[in-house]
Order: sequence, then C-alpha cells, then structure tokens
Amino acid sequence: MSTFYFIAFLSIFFAILVITAKNPVHSILYLILTFFTFTIHYILMNAQFLAIVNFIVYMGAILVLFLYTLMLINLNKESEPRKPAIVTIAGFIGGGCFLVTILAAVKAFKVSQPVILNDPNLGLVKNLGKILFNEYLLPFEVSSILLLSAMVGAVLLATKDPKTT
Amino acid sequence: MQTLNQHIQAIPLNHYILLCSIIFSIGVIGVLIRRNAIVIFMSVELMLNSVNLLLTAFSVYRGDATGQVFVFFIMALAAAEVAVGLAIIVMIYRNTNSIDINVLNRLKW
Repeated sequence: MSTFYFIAFLSIFFAILVITAKNPVHSILYLILTFFTFTIHYILMNAQFLAIVNFIVYMGAILVLFLYTLMLINLNKESEPRKPAIVTIAGFIGGGCFLVTILAAVKAFKVSQPVILNDPNLGLVKNLGKILFNEYLLPFEVSSILLLSAMVGAVLLATKDPKTT
Repeated sequence: MQTLNQHIQAIPLNHYILLCSIIFSIGVIGVLIRRNAIVIFMSVELMLNSVNLLLTAFSVYRGDATGQVFVFFIMALAAAEVAVGLAIIVMIYRNTNSIDINVLNRLKW
C-alpha cells in the first residue's frame, strides 16, 4: 500500500521538475523518469501489457524522438526567454482553478471504494489480445492507417523543399 | 500475484483520481507558463499519460478490459501526434531559427 504513495509522490515530483527545469534536455530526462514511475503504477495494477507498451513506446520511442529533435535543433547556446511574471502567475492560477474544480467534483461524487482486482488476468496480453482482435478489430485497422498517414505527413513536413530553399 | 493484489487492494479509487488530476494540472500549467515549443509538447504528453493511468485504474476498478484497449489506442495516437508535431517544430525552426512560440504570432487577430 505504501508503495503506491511513494511512487505517486515520485511521479508528482518529477512532473513538477519537467515543467520547471531550465534546460530542455534535463526536462526530457525528468520526463523519462516520470514515465518510468507510470510504468511502475501499471505493474502495481497488474496491467502487464500496458506496462510493457508504456516502457517500449513512450520511454523507448517517443522520448528518443524528443531527444533526437532537440539534437537537431541546437538549443544550448541561448537559454529560453521567460514569460513575463504576470503570465506565469496567471498560468499557475488557471491550472490551480482547474485542479480545484476537478477535486470538488470528485468530492461531490463520494466514490471511495478501494480498487480491487477481481480477475487476476485482466491486463495480460492473452486477454487483451482476444478483446482487441474480436470487438475492436476495425479501430485497430483504422489506427494502422492513422500511423501510416502520420509517417507520410512527418516525412513530408520535415524534408526540405528544394524549390523554396 | 497474491502479494500484488494485496498491494492494490488497499488504495481507494479517489487517490488514483487525485494523483491523475494533479499530474494533469501540472501539464496544463506547463503548457501555460513555458515558451519553448518542445517543453510545451512534453507537457501535452504528461497530460495524455495521466489520462491513460486513470483509464487503467477505472478499468481495473470495474473489472472491464475495454479501458486498457482504449489506452492502447491512445498510445498509438500519441505516437502519431508526436511524429507530426516534432516534424512541424523542426520546420518552424528551419524557417524562423527559433522555437519560441511567441515568434509564431502572425495568425493573431
């Protein structure tokens, strides 16, 4: 039980470090640590498939893509200009109001039953694969088309146009 | 397996909602206060991940695997979004030599 609270504390701590770190590279490294704590959360909920996918896709693919882009964009000569203080304060107030609204709504619902895993193989690959390829076959195929079009779009956007440059 | 179930049995659902709301709000604040386009993008990733965690928690709570299938689709969507978004950021950097989002105010009013 205390494992959850410790990992939750680490998640919030690293998430705050992500948005406050001055250097974007440090920010990405803290984001990797945040996603690692999320993987531990998935393991604690026995969602093994999601834990592995989170580990591979987010920490392996997406964050490496971020680091690679940051390497292409050579940022380390000038530091980022800060927003004016009033905008920062307004941002904090806006986010805080959002948080308070959600927490008030949750408090009004009064749901606080414990999360109990009744079926131990709920999040295993076998069970999820059966559901994914029976009920959700069409969305699965459509998401493959989405990934293909995203790949084509990314290549089209990032290549240099020989006519204009 | 038994000890794992013991671990999650004691945690109320409200604490998962609390954790995910806090991380989502941190993502919102990060979008609002930063000017670096890549850090803004990372804050969006933080928000997506907190929603994923909450969907998984509800899926375990209800004993319904549909939530975890949805998390899988959200991850596929996030991968596509990151690829296109980072390509756009690279293109912006090539055109303006900066990824400060305040440079991109030509469409403002």
